[in-house]
Parts: sequence; C-alpha cells; structure tokens
Amino acid sequence: MEHAIIVEHIEKNYRSKKTGVQALKDISFTVNAGEIFGLIGPDGAGKTSLFRILTTLLLADKGKASVDGFDVQDNYKEIRCRVGYMPGRFSLYPDLSVEENLEFFASIFNTTIQENYELIKDIYVQIEPFKKRKAGQLSGGMKQKLALCCALIHKPSVLFLDEPTTGVDAVSRKEFWEMLHRLKDQGITILVSTSYMDEAGLCDRVALIQKGELLTVNTPKGIIAEFKGPLWAVKAKEMFRLLDAISSDPQVESCYPFGQYHHVVFKVRGGEEGKLRQIFQAGHFNEVEVHPIEANIEDCFMSLMKD
Amino acid sequence: MQEQKVITANQLTKVFGNFTAVDRISFEVDKGEIFGFLGANGAGKTTAMRMLCGLLLPSSGQATVAGFDVYRQNEQIKRNIGYMSQKFSLYEDLTVRENIRFYAGIYGLSDEQIKLKTKSLLGQLHLEKQEKTLVRDLPLGWKQKLAFSIAIVHDPAIVFLDEPTGGVDPLARKEFWGMIYETSAKGITIFVTTHYMDEAEYCNRVSIMVDGKIEALDSPARLMKTYGADSMDGVFLKLARKATRVGE
Repeated sequence: MEHAIIVEHIEKNYRSKKTGVQALKDISFTVNAGEIFGLIGPDGAGKTSLFRILTTLLLADKGKASVDGFDVQDNYKEIRCRVGYMPGRFSLYPDLSVEENLEFFASIFNTTIQENYELIKDIYVQIEPFKKRKAGQLSGGMKQKLALCCALIHKPSVLFLDEPTTGVDAVSRKEFWEMLHRLKDQGITILVSTSYMDEAGLCDRVALIQKGELLTVNTPKGIIAEFKGPLWAVKAKEMFRLLDAISSDPQVESCYPFGQYHHVVFKVRGGEEGKLRQIFQAGHFNEVEVHPIEANIEDCFMSLMKD
Repeated sequence: MQEQKVITANQLTKVFGNFTAVDRISFEVDKGEIFGFLGANGAGKTTAMRMLCGLLLPSSGQATVAGFDVYRQNEQIKRNIGYMSQKFSLYEDLTVRENIRFYAGIYGLSDEQIKLKTKSLLGQLHLEKQEKTLVRDLPLGWKQKLAFSIAIVHDPAIVFLDEPTGGVDPLARKEFWGMIYETSAKGITIFVTTHYMDEAEYCNRVSIMVDGKIEALDSPARLMKTYGADSMDGVFLKLARKATRVGE
C-alpha cells in the first residue's frame, strides 16, 4: 500500500449558540506509508478535529478519509484495531501504576507486553525504574513516554500523535523526536501535530494548517524553496526602534522580530542592502548588522498566512 | 545597592528537606533588560522564580527585587512586580473591561487612573469594540496580549513572564515580542522563562540552570560562540544534557 492515510475534501463545523465554527474547510492530503508527516499550526487551527476524524472518534460533515485502506466511517472497527493514538491531553489512568496502565492497554488489544516488547523497549527502559509508581504522579516527560508505550503496545501500523511535545523542555523534545525516527525505521507511519514551527524540519513532509485551511503540503525543503524572497536579517543596538523604523518604510513588505535579528522582505526585489542602509542612516542607528538569509518555516508560515 | 539593578541575587539557595532545589545562584538584572531564565524541567527555575516574586522564603543567601529584600519586604515586592503565565492570567468569565478593572483595582490604582488606563489599553490593543466580550471568546493571541498589558497595568519595575507564548500562530508571537521590546524600551525589566529556544535569542542576556545551579549566563551571541553552537537550542542541549537530576 502506498498511502497510509488519504483525506479527501473533509469538512467539519461546530455549532455553538451564537456562531458556528468552521473547524476544517475542504481538507485534502495523503500520507505515504512509512513516513513521518507533520501537521503544523497554532492552537485552534483544526489539528485535533482532524486527528479525531482519522481515529474514528468524530464524524466529518463532508468528505472521505481512509487509514491503512479502511474508510473512517464504514470500517471504523478495523481502524481502531490497527492505529495507535496519543491524544494531546494525558489520557491514561492516573490511579493505575505505570505497569498496570501498560498491561491494561495490551490486554484491551488482545496482546501482552512480552509479545511486542521489542517495539517499546528503548522507551520503556527509561520509565521502568518507576513501574510501580501511579501514572498521575509521573513528571511530564515520563507521562509522555508512558503514553507513547501504551499507544504502541499493539504494534499499530499508523501512529497518531497529537501535540506530543507541547510544554516539554528542549532536551526531552529532542529525545522524543529521536524515538519517532527509530519507530519510523521499524516501518510505522507517523502523523504528528505540533505548534512548534522548528519541528517541521524533523518530518519527511509537512502540512501547514491555519484556521481550518491547509496553507501548503510539501517537504520542509520544498516549503522553504517556495518562499518569495529575498529575505534579509538586520540588527542594531535599539531593536524596538529599528522594528518601528523598518516597518513604517513604504518600500517594506514585512518586518518581524526573530530572536537577535529582524527579518525583512521588500515589496520590490533588488537593492535591499542599500535601502536598509538608508533606513539605518536616517534613524542614526548604531552597531548595525545586515546580511541576506534563508527563510525558515516560520517565515514561510507567516508569508502564506497573508496570501 | 545600585538603582539600575532591578534584581540582585547572591548565593540564593532553597532547600526542601535533603533536596537542594536552588543551589547558591548569583546574578543581577539591569533596568529595562530582557532577561531569559532557562532550564530543563526540574532544574529549579520555578522555585527560584517563586523566591524572587516574594512567594517563597529562601533557605539562605540574599536577593533584592525592585530594591526590596526578599526576606523582609516580600509584600512590597508583590506590589512592584507584574506576573503573567500561559496557564493562568485572566478570568475567562469576565469581560475584557472587567479584567482590566479587576487587576488595576487589585494593584491599588485609583478610579481615575483605572479609567485612563482602561481607555489607553483598549486603544493600544485595538480592543475598543471587544471591551464587553468575555475573555474566553477572544482568540488566544489577543488573550496573551491582553494578559501581558494587564500584567504591567500598574507600571511595575519588572514583569515575570512564565512561558508566555505557547500555542499561538507565528504572527501573534511576533506581535507579542514586539510588545515586549516596546515595554523594555520604556524601562520595564522583562524576566522570561520559555521552552522555545528560538525565543531565548530575543533576550539581551540568558541564564541556563542545570541541577539547581546557574551553569551559564551571557548574551545569546556570546553563549553560541562559547559553546560552539549555531543556535540557542544547541547551547541549551550541550548544557542541559549534563543534568543528573530526573525531572520530577
């Protein structure tokens, strides 16, 4: 099978008393078998609704979707047997121990910890010293590892991870992504959502999503190649005054703070450095630095948001 | 103590039983500085921040915040700082205007001041039309900007931002950092913790805590040079991986 996930024209609306919310607007994409596919967007973009539809926990209003060849509506039972799902909110039993949670999920899927131990071994050994501890009393990083073990214990063909790294520190995040790459090597397809733009580069392909709409679907490199540049990085002693001065120049398309630099795009190509030097001179800025740079995913996301 | 130092900490320590959560940290933060306070989960950041906010008495060492002593003047500290976190900041079931009025009242602003502040704040945030909207109905990015503005409604010497920008779209994040720059340019000190290492690069200086100690403190550019990394993420990973404590 070539496509592990096929999504065709999916729509989902929520009706509240005052206003309706269009959570997903005509979403279509495919995920190849064996790839890590990232769904990248802020809170409220529709990521969780899409995950729930694909894991058969929510019905779409329109459109079709299949996972591992099975239709999410007609063959939901088959899908539930073969996917692993780690929801954004910690959803294990807090009053069961680490070991009991894992045994519980294994028995639900008619398997045992021993049978698929190889798959979770790398991750489980890190929490095994605490196996008698109640899940509710684990630290965030350990809860996350246990949840991943529970989602993997029946050897799923497709793994759904909804914002697994939110609120996790940089070291644990890095370790988590290393785990995902090892799972990919074992042939598991992974659909993972995140609001951290810098995690896009760790996926094979990504979809950028905002307010229920897909902005683009591509490889991380492909998205960066599509950026309508050129992009310039500037810095000076007074960063706020510089932001103001550049933003208010009529020749400037956009200027955003990016850590130590501001990223600037001009409306018309060519002569950027000269135009920037003029702004520096007119505003009497000190300790200036200016150089062209390659866009990152966040630059691309913002540029696509405005289109 | 010098007037330009908004925080001074000298050998500040907190011990819980036989566990040293914060281990003799010493540093100073200047007026108007954007100071990043980083560390992995369990490194001791929250405990250190609670001491600096006047919420927890240190076990030993000295510290002053906004010129007040953390042992004897913690009530004055609370009045002269602002605080905002991602988890809790505003009352969802109050309107925009009610939240401003509530916090301004708590900080002891007069009715006249509250009136003026409400007007200027709604204007700056372009929320005039939403003043009667419940905070729960605001988009996340607006909520964060409002929460930040309210945290500095009483013009504190320093504002503590505890992981302020998770989950918002990149444009809202940039606008939020624009507000932080503007606030710092006005002379209010910003003390910020974050898990986004790219955000650490906005700070004038960054400290990194590992196992209760400050392992590194410098400007992002100099830290990257010292640790031979091309991003703060690289610096952080090099330092934080030395940790022996398990994040609990």
